[in-house]
Amino acid sequence: MSAIVETAGLTREFTVRDGPRRRRLTAVDDLTVRIEPGEAVGYIGANGAGKSTTIKMLTGILVPTSGTVTTCGLRPVKDRRRLARQIGVVFGQRSQLWWDLPVRESFRILAAIHALPAAVERARTDELVERLEMADFLATPVRQLSLGQRMRAEVAAALLHAPRLVILDEPTIGLDVLSKQRLREFLIAMRRTDGTTLLLTTHDMGDVERLCDRVLVVDHGRLAYDGDLAGLGRTTGAERVLVVHLAAPSPDLIGIPAARHLSSEAHGLSQRLAFDAETTTAARVFAAVAERVEVLDFTVEEPDIEDVVRRIYAARR
Amino acid sequence: MRATARVYWRLLRAGIRRQSAYRLAAFGGVAANATFGLLKVEVLFATVRAAGGELAGYDVGRMSTYIWLSQALLGSVNLTGRTDIAERIKDGRVAVDFLRPLDVQAAEITTEVGRALFALIPRGIPMLVIGLFVGMAQPGSVAAYPLGAVSLLLAIVISVATAYLVGVAGFWLVETHGVQVFYLVVSGFLAGLFVPIRLFPRWLWVAAQATPFPSMLAYPIDILAGRVGLAGALTLLAAQLAWLAGVGGLGQALTRAGRRHLEVQGG
Repeated sequence: MSAIVETAGLTREFTVRDGPRRRRLTAVDDLTVRIEPGEAVGYIGANGAGKSTTIKMLTGILVPTSGTVTTCGLRPVKDRRRLARQIGVVFGQRSQLWWDLPVRESFRILAAIHALPAAVERARTDELVERLEMADFLATPVRQLSLGQRMRAEVAAALLHAPRLVILDEPTIGLDVLSKQRLREFLIAMRRTDGTTLLLTTHDMGDVERLCDRVLVVDHGRLAYDGDLAGLGRTTGAERVLVVHLAAPSPDLIGIPAARHLSSEAHGLSQRLAFDAETTTAARVFAAVAERVEVLDFTVEEPDIEDVVRRIYAARR
Repeated sequence: MRATARVYWRLLRAGIRRQSAYRLAAFGGVAANATFGLLKVEVLFATVRAAGGELAGYDVGRMSTYIWLSQALLGSVNLTGRTDIAERIKDGRVAVDFLRPLDVQAAEITTEVGRALFALIPRGIPMLVIGLFVGMAQPGSVAAYPLGAVSLLLAIVISVATAYLVGVAGFWLVETHGVQVFYLVVSGFLAGLFVPIRLFPRWLWVAAQATPFPSMLAYPIDILAGRVGLAGALTLLAAQLAWLAGVGGLGQALTRAGRRHLEVQGG
């Protein structure tokens, strides 16, 4: 089976004005990557690392400076319109809906744009409305939607024509916990039923953990890591953090197996312990803590993506 | 083919519905257009009377038609050079346009024409009512009405397609505001918004003909006011079609070239 995305030596340079001088900036540098049908790939990196530029080249919006890219077997720039029928893209920051019109109307226009037969349009719209719980705001003009509602509508708009490849650029940015959760559940279910290939950029480690089975890390336009999430954790040694809130002020919790005391606050009422998810579990660390002191409450902090990326970047220099 | 027609029909309707969402803005437009219309009545009627009751084919009745039709079209014919696509290029939303299996130029023009057609109702009809009240000349032949209607539609499409050119200049210029303001000043004048182009000195009239602006306003009005006969009307329609082909083709070429030049602004 042929790849959904295949790039070879993909490079894009920009000319930037730096005061009176102009200089060349390489946003994507010699990127060679292959994504197979059905994969779910998280594409992560710092701001300005070249994520959006890559996506723009994959989708035919931006012309590469050099190298080649094939998406869904098509050349994105040359076959832009044919490719547009096979991919669905959500740019979290840019709406593809008609701002002044009801949500429903945007779906109708998009269905016409993608030449969906009336029966398919109805079935697909109904399905998405149900699965993304949009019935309550179908008649609301887009400009009046909450961010969570709008993102659901954006995702539905990108999926209306049942694309083979779905590209999400920061789909959960700014969403509250519940909205994030719903969106992730929907995407997981979509992949299970439709086998859609998913490529997403994000700053949210939770997105990557729950949605992706492969991670690409990009640093200054270059591919810094390509592999699964567990491997990413191994490579970077990024740690999870158990935060415990105790019943009484306690001395620092030193010597918990496979965990490291990070800090204490309020005379030891609140303490932070780092542990490596590869060697132990949150439950084991918690059990060891609970043996020593009375715990009222606890939370587990995931390594944030900036931290993981920073570690990868640091390891490369 | 049918699917394509369906797409553009939807986009046209989207434009109409978008415009209909802004009824309050239309009121402001009506008030401004009516005021300036009455001002033009004062000045241009006096000019016609001073010339002995007829000037360059306009008597008072035809001048009235000219004034009120041009005021009626102001909400629909784009003489400002302001476009949505200019904004979208500037802030990078144009990326979304390129992600659709559509011709970007055709989609944009269709949507804008939809908006313009809707604007005829809240912005156009009140001007015609005032015009009928003041008294307007009617064309000599019944054929002038359908020809005028076609010419009017062409005028709207040409104006939208020409303003689109200003917008896509943004592929090369980071800021198109200067170009747009220049366009605003020149287009209204050469379209005959303030003074019918027939009253221009000959050299200026010739110069105006070398631009698409008269075909956005002066031509349909000359047909509907009966200032030109049947043959004249057909000549004007032919000129409009030529301008449409010209600005349409240029827009198509600029869109293609601009896309290769595009450096989408912002993340």
